[in-house]
Amino acid sequence: MEIVIVVVALLSSVAYGSKSIPFGDVLGYLFNSGSDSFEAAVIAARIPRTVFGVLAGSALGVSGALMQAITRNPVADPSILGVNTGASLMVVIGIAYLNISSGLGLIGLSFVGAILTALFVYGIASYGFGGANSLKLALSGAAVSTALGALVNTIMLPDSQVMKEFRFWQIGSIGGATCDDIRLVLPFVIIGIIMALILASSLNAMALGDEMAVSLGVNVGLVRALSALAGVMLCAVVTAIAGPVGFVGLMLPHLVRQLLDNDMRLIIPFSAVGGAGLLVISDVIGRVLGRPGELEVGIITAILGAPIFIWIVARSKAKGM
Amino acid sequence: MYNTESTLKKIYRKSYHRNLICTLTLLFVITVLGILMMTIGNTNYSISQVVKALFIDQSSKASYTIISLRLPRLIVGGLAGFSFGIAGYTFQSLLRNPLASPDIIGITSGSSAAAVFCILIIGVSGALASFFSVIAGLAVTAIIFLLSGKGNGFGTKMILIGIGMQAVLNALISWMLLVGSEYDVGTALRWLRGSLNSVTLSDIPAVAITTVMCGGLMFVCNRYLRIMQLGDEFASTLGSPINLVRICCMVCALVLSAVATSATGPIASIAFLSGPIAVGITRNGKNAMLISGLVGTALVYAAELASKNLFSTKYPVGVITGILGAPYLLFLLLRLNRKGDKI
Repeated sequence: MEIVIVVVALLSSVAYGSKSIPFGDVLGYLFNSGSDSFEAAVIAARIPRTVFGVLAGSALGVSGALMQAITRNPVADPSILGVNTGASLMVVIGIAYLNISSGLGLIGLSFVGAILTALFVYGIASYGFGGANSLKLALSGAAVSTALGALVNTIMLPDSQVMKEFRFWQIGSIGGATCDDIRLVLPFVIIGIIMALILASSLNAMALGDEMAVSLGVNVGLVRALSALAGVMLCAVVTAIAGPVGFVGLMLPHLVRQLLDNDMRLIIPFSAVGGAGLLVISDVIGRVLGRPGELEVGIITAILGAPIFIWIVARSKAKGM
Repeated sequence: MYNTESTLKKIYRKSYHRNLICTLTLLFVITVLGILMMTIGNTNYSISQVVKALFIDQSSKASYTIISLRLPRLIVGGLAGFSFGIAGYTFQSLLRNPLASPDIIGITSGSSAAAVFCILIIGVSGALASFFSVIAGLAVTAIIFLLSGKGNGFGTKMILIGIGMQAVLNALISWMLLVGSEYDVGTALRWLRGSLNSVTLSDIPAVAITTVMCGGLMFVCNRYLRIMQLGDEFASTLGSPINLVRICCMVCALVLSAVATSATGPIASIAFLSGPIAVGITRNGKNAMLISGLVGTALVYAAELASKNLFSTKYPVGVITGILGAPYLLFLLLRLNRKGDKI
């Protein structure tokens, strides 16, 4: 079922946009390469962003699932925790001051920014009585995110060229992705998802409580550190190329938990596939609604995701969640 | 013998004196900052030149800069800071939560989204946009309240839902900015970015009238608000019309911040910072509304001076206040976390 949705999403991503091409023609062009009509050129231009959308969506979905598992918190997501704003800040600093333009350099910077932000936010939230509950995490994330966002603005504002070029850093767009980006991101995404799958059963045990997990022979500290590393890495590589795209990691794991089961061995693969579908569909929606230009995918995922976030919060009963 | 009544009187008088001293000090600080705002800038003028340009010779070379550029910034910026200050204080004390200022729980974004919608999509601006932004602010507040439910966890949910609301509304705003015509985007940006740069003399009447009217009404309500800080049951036994006061205060605070925002844009963190600073310097939290307003004005003036004179890039004032506000927000979170799970 989910696979069907993703396939339809992929096809529509290639077919729709500021210029629509019938499905049949798309299939025709895909399997008869070599044609050099205008449609073929449009399709060729849409393929990298579609492939990148798949990678980014699955990375964000898994990243959200891991963060929710580690923090035992249904509203954790790279955007809520401010992690992708931290990544963006480092990328903007790298471009504006350090003259870094290689993709790998930016991914490295983005990773450093994301790790530091994650540690900082988690540190603030877990300080004091009661540990890191949802409210504290979300508030610290929002506060840190606002602060870092203000810094991104101060760096971009004086230079209108930088501003124009990197406006999408604040919103999140997969429109600029190239084949080189895909080649660069692919290994990280694969490693991250494999790590997540390996860690899944240990995370299941940890959901029962740390003591229980220890008695089941799980090295709690190691699993938590590796999961955090994988989660942050997945989000950081996407942010380095696309800028902060929010709420994908919030929606999918939640949906899986509602529909199927609270089992990480299911949540991780379904979040990966579903995240890919969601991001590609959101991108198509943005392109169709924003005609003749396009709406950045980050806007669409926020409009779709934030109500779900509100719904999760409104439904919950406990104090501090 | 221990005389309770006279002790209470002494305490009361002491806090009254403290408030008076704070008020006078703030007025002094505001005057000094105001004079600085009028005198220094791209061209520096002496005080006598400023006075001359204002009152005696309005056709002199200096008078354009002073009357058309610096005077509106002084008046509108001051009134807007005052409005943001008392609006923030009102929300914080109504909801008994230092984090509950309009710009944190998404109300400001609601107002901005409505105004941007009016300007970019319908094509109306000015008073009508302000009106709709007030309505939208009220609607967002109502939605947050309804969704937050009642009883346990209300405060938690309210803030989390506010953060969620803010995300949707900001996404909608970005959407409209991308779809809207380039010509109107400049007007719309005024609702989004705090800056005194585009303020003119014609902005003064609307801001002044609402500040006097809504501000006055809020000061009347403030008496009851203070009683309500003791708790709802206690307040109703003392005979304060709780719901009426609450709604009245909230509407006034929303109108005030919406009208101020229409002139200057949402100057970040002023609403959020002023209340706690006022409570901090008066040390009693009673009657801190006036002082919150004055703190707001002083903050706007100080940030405006800093933004115009300290850096080579002339950042909008909202960027400076945003950077000032963030560390305080983090500090507040740490302090609340240490105190326990009472957010």
